Amino acid sequence: MAEELKRTPLYDEHKELGARLVDFAGYEMPVQYEGIKAEHEAVRNRAGLFDVSHMGEAVFRGPDAEAAVQRLVTRDVGRLAVGQAGYCAVCYEDGGTVDDVIVYRRENDFLVVVNASNRGKDLEHFRKNTQDLDVEVADESDEWALLALQGPEAERLLQDVTDADLSGIRPFRFVEGDVDGVAAIISRTGYTGEDGFELYLSPDGAPSVWRRLVEAGAIPAGLGARDTLRLEAGMCLYGNELDAETTPLEAGIGFAVHLDKEQPFIGQRALLLEDTEGLRKKLVGFEMEGRGIARHGYHVTSGAEVVGEVTSGTKSPTLDRAIGLALVDPWVDDWFEILIRDNPVPAKAVPLPFYKRHRG
Amino acid sequence: MSIPDDLQYTKSHEWVRMEEDTATIGITDHAQDELGDVVFVELPELGATIGAGDSFGTVESVKAVSDLYTPVGGEIVEVNSSLEDAPEKINDDPYGEGWIVKLRTSEEADLLSPEEYEKVVEEES
Repeated sequence: MAEELKRTPLYDEHKELGARLVDFAGYEMPVQYEGIKAEHEAVRNRAGLFDVSHMGEAVFRGPDAEAAVQRLVTRDVGRLAVGQAGYCAVCYEDGGTVDDVIVYRRENDFLVVVNASNRGKDLEHFRKNTQDLDVEVADESDEWALLALQGPEAERLLQDVTDADLSGIRPFRFVEGDVDGVAAIISRTGYTGEDGFELYLSPDGAPSVWRRLVEAGAIPAGLGARDTLRLEAGMCLYGNELDAETTPLEAGIGFAVHLDKEQPFIGQRALLLEDTEGLRKKLVGFEMEGRGIARHGYHVTSGAEVVGEVTSGTKSPTLDRAIGLALVDPWVDDWFEILIRDNPVPAKAVPLPFYKRHRG
Repeated sequence: MSIPDDLQYTKSHEWVRMEEDTATIGITDHAQDELGDVVFVELPELGATIGAGDSFGTVESVKAVSDLYTPVGGEIVEVNSSLEDAPEKINDDPYGEGWIVKLRTSEEADLLSPEEYEKVVEEES
């Protein structure tokens, strides 16, 4: 029997707004409201508001909390200040990726935000590998709602409803404050390539904050636009670019891997070896040169040979071009083909990200 | 949801306008709404011959790829090549400017009436 889909605290708001709801990681989530393109453009030009409450939150507490997180993630979280967050991978011993996460260093604990689809697997991995340490790993996923307000007008809209000085929060920094009377973690992070904030709120308080921001002009945006936005920004999606068979180095997120970290992390040896011996595959961004849109799972070919696989692909609303990411053999050069319905269509590698915002 | 009275339909959400030996085919209002913003249309070649039930092209939205099927066999005599530059016509005017192909056919097609198609849509939702 199919399991009942879970709902976020914003479910009634989505219904009210006429969202199209789909099953995503066991949650009934809005994939779009008015349309993916319009929502995408709203985030690039104004401000969009996403409900991403399905994301998981694990909190590490206790004397060995830092040691536990250090063992589990690829980044040296000892270098994070209190009030700072870092993007990291979590790896298996062989270097394959368990998940990509954001670690928030708080005064007395570490908050680790994980992908909804990986929540159960992650918690098990975290606990299994820290049994010898004096740490409690709490699954607080159901105790947090998460809103993402993203776009050039995000700061202005949010500043109207909070006393926290937003201009003082730099990227990947966060403060604890009030948003429209609701206690929140206000974090300058996101998954769209725009400036913006993520707000961690109590499930009870989230709907009023959502409504207030929508009334102030934020455009509700769904998971569809979230995907096209992150792809234009060249950001990985677990299950597409990253999985157990792909290391973070291969997926192009080496910036989140501190190979020289003094406290060893799970997968460090395998990643050091791969770094020395060379990557087994590499992530490339590409644009279609011929007609057609590459999609997840399509083959990348060079002549008659299959040399890789498309991990994500779409028609970029901002660039009005078909773009994609692919994991390909390391020797593949800048020209290849994407097999679209048995048809090899030319594509060329381009630098990532596809889209970079102008910083004002 | 618009389901014009003067057209016939398929279970796979195409509409068909039969005029003498010519069938004009597009996708329904319901289909375009389900797909979302259409960003790409792959059209068949003029003069190609296709059989009933065959796929003759694809319509892609930002998120999804959807195959197009013809309920009648025949020869492609016209394609709406304006969709290559303006695929959004399928969203804006699915029964008018968003038509996709015309084929010449001598076959009798087993098509749904507007009422029957409405039931198909209701059962799916």
